[in-house]
Amino acid sequence: MNVGVLALQGDFLEHIDMLDRLGVRAKLVKTPKDLDSIGALVFPGGESTTMSKLLESSGLGEALKARLELPIFGTCAGLILLARSISDGRPDQVSFGYLDVEVRRNGFGRQIRSFEADLDVLEISPPPMKAVFIRAPVIEKVGSDVKVMATVSYDFNGKEESVPVVVRQGRYLASAFHPELTGDTRLHEYFLQHIVESR
Amino acid sequence: MSTEHQEFATTRVKRGLAEMLRGGVIMDVVNAQQAKVAEDAGAVAVMALERVPADIRRDGGVARMSDPALIMEIQETVTIPVMAKARIGHFAEAQILEHLQVDYIDESEVLTPADYVHHIDKWAFEIPFVCGATNLGEALRRISEGAALIRSKGEAGTGDVSQAVTHLRSIVGDIKKITQADDSEVYAWAKELRAPIDLVLEVRKSGKLPVPLFCAGGLATPADASLVMQLGAEAVFVGSGIFKSDDPGKRARAIVEATTHFRDASIVAKVSKNLGPAMVGIEMDKIDVHLAERGW
Repeated sequence: MNVGVLALQGDFLEHIDMLDRLGVRAKLVKTPKDLDSIGALVFPGGESTTMSKLLESSGLGEALKARLELPIFGTCAGLILLARSISDGRPDQVSFGYLDVEVRRNGFGRQIRSFEADLDVLEISPPPMKAVFIRAPVIEKVGSDVKVMATVSYDFNGKEESVPVVVRQGRYLASAFHPELTGDTRLHEYFLQHIVESR
Repeated sequence: MSTEHQEFATTRVKRGLAEMLRGGVIMDVVNAQQAKVAEDAGAVAVMALERVPADIRRDGGVARMSDPALIMEIQETVTIPVMAKARIGHFAEAQILEHLQVDYIDESEVLTPADYVHHIDKWAFEIPFVCGATNLGEALRRISEGAALIRSKGEAGTGDVSQAVTHLRSIVGDIKKITQADDSEVYAWAKELRAPIDLVLEVRKSGKLPVPLFCAGGLATPADASLVMQLGAEAVFVGSGIFKSDDPGKRARAIVEATTHFRDASIVAKVSKNLGPAMVGIEMDKIDVHLAERGW
């Protein structure tokens, strides 16, 4: 089975590389016809506002709404695209709303507040998992059907707070950070083994 | 859960933002209204400056860092990353930009250089830097000074893409040659490029720069974007080309589409229709000041 990687903008090549290392044939998805032969999808990191425009103009946004069965793994901007609700986004921003979470864009702050952290992620062992957060979104609320698989404790303007950074709801998996930037393939592997192949 | 090992401003974090901008368009803007037009069109970032290169070229005089008030206004207007330019070697301007928390600093030949010998020590900053280069040696020297992103210089403010193409071909071409170099040849390469041997060895092994390579300098049309992306650029900067054209919003959207679908001529053709006049531009052999020659 082919796994597609949304390739409108962002670090989609890193995701292709991760999947490649796991022995999976990955395919770039730029137009609706690219969806034909795929059975799962990755939403990469990048600028969510830009991707949102391009989803609309390419017709991919509409085409994806007809493929509700697809398991999707989203990182950073990909998490924003999956979220039910976005704050500090643009009013016209596309989000599919498959994940019952509320996210705040750039919630950790500007680039100077971007960071790396060592995380404990449920079902990924041994810890830690190195996580790279780049102008990342903050998950502010999760619905009762959402499983939080990892959190990070962070200094938000002098107030230390713990927030979810890996979440799963059924066939949807998302992280606020970029596993694709570290060479650690375990979250991709989890997606393939526990979500894509178990269906 | 574990919080002990949080680190800020690492090389990976600095280069990481550049990775996120790939396949996108970074647009020069001179005020909040233009910044909004750029964001509306799907820009991945904006470059905040007082005058676009075409006007710097026309007006002459010393070009410096923009007014902090202008940069802050643009930061408040858009949610995408905001970059700003400092003069080559002017680390005090860079310190101000870091204080403003811009997302990227461009140590730019478009502004009048402040130091004709030294570039900024970019490792000393938490904000990542982008620098221009005309060839591989220049690119590797900037990376050795801490640049987290390289762009071709091209010839800013001309609307003439030829220099960007020359620089891109030179960088990509020399990378290809180095991957073929044997153990004794790499030292001659380092000498010829005036670049550190460890970076030359890294390029030989990976077949690419250690940081992303974007294109800048003279792009004005969707076809220009498609051209440089096919030549190996990973994203594009468009300066004067958008807001010096007749219908900036439409042209900006078209260049965004062409950068994403750069190999699909049917889409590039479609978005190129009825854009109105592009910036008039000025040919390379008609200009007096060659900005690309700044930088050492």
